[in-house]
Amino acid sequence: MSGSTVKITAAPHVRSAESTIRIMWSVVLSLLPVIGASVWFFGPSALLVLFATVAGCLVTERLFGDRRNSLADGSAMITGLLLGLCLPPGFPLWMAFLGGVFGIGFGKIVFGGLGQNIFNPALLGRAFLQAAFPVAITTWPARTADWWALRGDNLALPFMSPAATDAVTGATPLGNLKFGDDPVVTPLLDLFLGSSGGSLGETSALLILLGGIYLAIRGHLNWHIPVSILLSVFVFSGLFYALGLSPFTPWFMLLSGGLMLGAWYMATDMVTSPVTTAGCWVFGASIGLLVVIIRIWGGLPEGVMYAILLMNALVPFINRATQPRKFGSKKAAAEKEA
Amino acid sequence: MASRRRLNLQLPSFRNGVHPPENKDLTSGIPSRRLPFPDEIILPLSQHIGRPAEALVKPGDRIERGDVIAQASGYVSSYVHATAAGTVKSIEHWPHPSGNMQPSIRIEVDPHSTQLQRPRQVPHWDEVPAEQLSEEISKAGIVGLGGAAFPSHVKLRPPEDQPVDVLMVNGCECEPYLTSDHRTMLERPEHVHQGIRIVLRALGISRAVIGIEANKPDAIEVMRDTSPDDLDITVQPLEVKYPQGAEKMLIKAVTGREVPSGKLPSAIGALVQNVATTASVALVFETGQPLIERIMTVSGRGVRNPGNWVVPFGTKLGEVIAACGGLTDDAAEIVFGGPMMGQSQASMDVPVLKATGGILVLSADECKRQDILPCIRCGKCLDACPVFLNPQLMGALARVDRFEEMVESNLSDCMLCGCCSYVCPSNIPLSQLFAMSKIQLSRLQAA
Repeated sequence: MSGSTVKITAAPHVRSAESTIRIMWSVVLSLLPVIGASVWFFGPSALLVLFATVAGCLVTERLFGDRRNSLADGSAMITGLLLGLCLPPGFPLWMAFLGGVFGIGFGKIVFGGLGQNIFNPALLGRAFLQAAFPVAITTWPARTADWWALRGDNLALPFMSPAATDAVTGATPLGNLKFGDDPVVTPLLDLFLGSSGGSLGETSALLILLGGIYLAIRGHLNWHIPVSILLSVFVFSGLFYALGLSPFTPWFMLLSGGLMLGAWYMATDMVTSPVTTAGCWVFGASIGLLVVIIRIWGGLPEGVMYAILLMNALVPFINRATQPRKFGSKKAAAEKEA
Repeated sequence: MASRRRLNLQLPSFRNGVHPPENKDLTSGIPSRRLPFPDEIILPLSQHIGRPAEALVKPGDRIERGDVIAQASGYVSSYVHATAAGTVKSIEHWPHPSGNMQPSIRIEVDPHSTQLQRPRQVPHWDEVPAEQLSEEISKAGIVGLGGAAFPSHVKLRPPEDQPVDVLMVNGCECEPYLTSDHRTMLERPEHVHQGIRIVLRALGISRAVIGIEANKPDAIEVMRDTSPDDLDITVQPLEVKYPQGAEKMLIKAVTGREVPSGKLPSAIGALVQNVATTASVALVFETGQPLIERIMTVSGRGVRNPGNWVVPFGTKLGEVIAACGGLTDDAAEIVFGGPMMGQSQASMDVPVLKATGGILVLSADECKRQDILPCIRCGKCLDACPVFLNPQLMGALARVDRFEEMVESNLSDCMLCGCCSYVCPSNIPLSQLFAMSKIQLSRLQAA
């Protein structure tokens, strides 16, 4: 024993090796393939946009975060990466930076920092960008043969309208099918592997699935949420498709747009999702239903962002309604008591 | 690991719980040895749940090993016996493992005594009325040796309207590191079975189930091989999971039934006794020896020679550690009991008690603590809680002193098993908060 020091602590005296910091950084790790794919598909533009959103998040966290060293926990990094991954590749960098600032500043720090926020900061940042820059965020550059070329107007100066008209724009699979003059169904394989138009990290369902499954196996992601979302989307879109109300087949619904990224990475944000397993199913199923409704009848091609944000707001109520039944009591009796 | 999982799959258990590293192989293969008698014995009057015993001796009295030195002061109380022959030095306040000072009898051990137990008259267990058995068990100072130290005779008289029909014998030993119950089953299986026979007779029933976690295959085999043919005794292997040895978890695993919240196991006709308790019951009726010593595990990577020892109660912690080769250089924390529920010790002078199943000396590596981070509402504590509470919500309430609201969150059902603290990735000391909340709440309610 070194000197005469002995620790006096409360039980338990041993702890699992799990830590919040490890969870956060393993999420970052699991995103690397998705990031790699976005660079593969969209070239240097992808890196620039990601760099801008991450910088916006980290700078804001560093300046206004109230804990010492709050960058080390990795949560601001995740917000930055996720925000970047759901933006179009040609997005002006100054806007992307601003989205990061807004996401961390108004999505997290005003609530009291890590663990206190109601809404997913990355999605709140994107919602802000959607409201502030509706044109830029729905401008999807077409595929170019030259990998090195910037896609769109990344380097636009602040408050100058992006010269989007210069770029050749291509539609996303969802937009194409919903609003296109000549609706085209994108082949499912393209959607699965990622060789279709769309936001940086949303195109390859395969890589998102791999990352998500990796996290679920390590226990860093609650699998009930993505599974319930995807099931719900599949069931409801199948129902509406069968009734002839929807142009989207269930498989197309599952693989297109931001659903995969949203289901595996956004909705599973631990802070803004329910703590009870039953709550996770309610949360996931509701998100799925909202996504289907917005996609079919909404004014936007995509509804994942608003579906998740809406349900984020309801999480405290879901938690309260799905409290576990304590050991040695019957559910009915417990409800009568309450 | 993979084979353990497969082994576990078919075995009964309870829902939730955690899998801390077992670390039992440090001592599970080491037969118990007898610790030499120390120069001084310290016997607190309170070694059990209930009222402290009343001292019957005064300074200067000569006593023999096994003499009654303090008597039960009520129904829920227990006798204390001299664990070594010698002279009563004083009755004074002395550091107690629970962290405070408590009235204790100090005995100067006679170095020339043979330390034979003074003969005690005990009726033959089979020839007296069943009620008298529990009285003899009370007079022998028997308390539950699983950790809670609840006087055993109280349990043997279940409420009239709640007859017990099955005895559960607890050989789970789910706390990591501890192997004292394991060694008891291996070394004294006939005593465990004889104790079961006596307890069954005291209860007037005939069925017993011995629950043992599957990480003790040798104990399962020995208990099966030695179980008497004329009794209905089942040896039930159970999944290796903490807290499998908690009364309610054991009953759930074996019978599939949940003890109603706030009720005793007898509410569903069950009664739980630890294997070491039944073994000591057997000894009472075999040789007349009251509860004066037990097998305890000394383990952890902070002690040089981990092992299992038969230790007379009242031996000071320092003596036990010295017998085990002393502390290593990186010893960081000394704990009475297991690492999940045991208590940190601040003094080398505290005596080991009836309920001390183990002494752990954890090295700095084994009990690392990291900074507390904000709760990220991951929900891992809800998935760990064996009694299905919401530690996340309760922790948030406790941290802002809203103790009264914790009643609605069923704070009283929390058994402080520590699973929530164990899994918390933000290192929030949840079970410590709940222990504190229980105290604060009882103060508020008393006021």
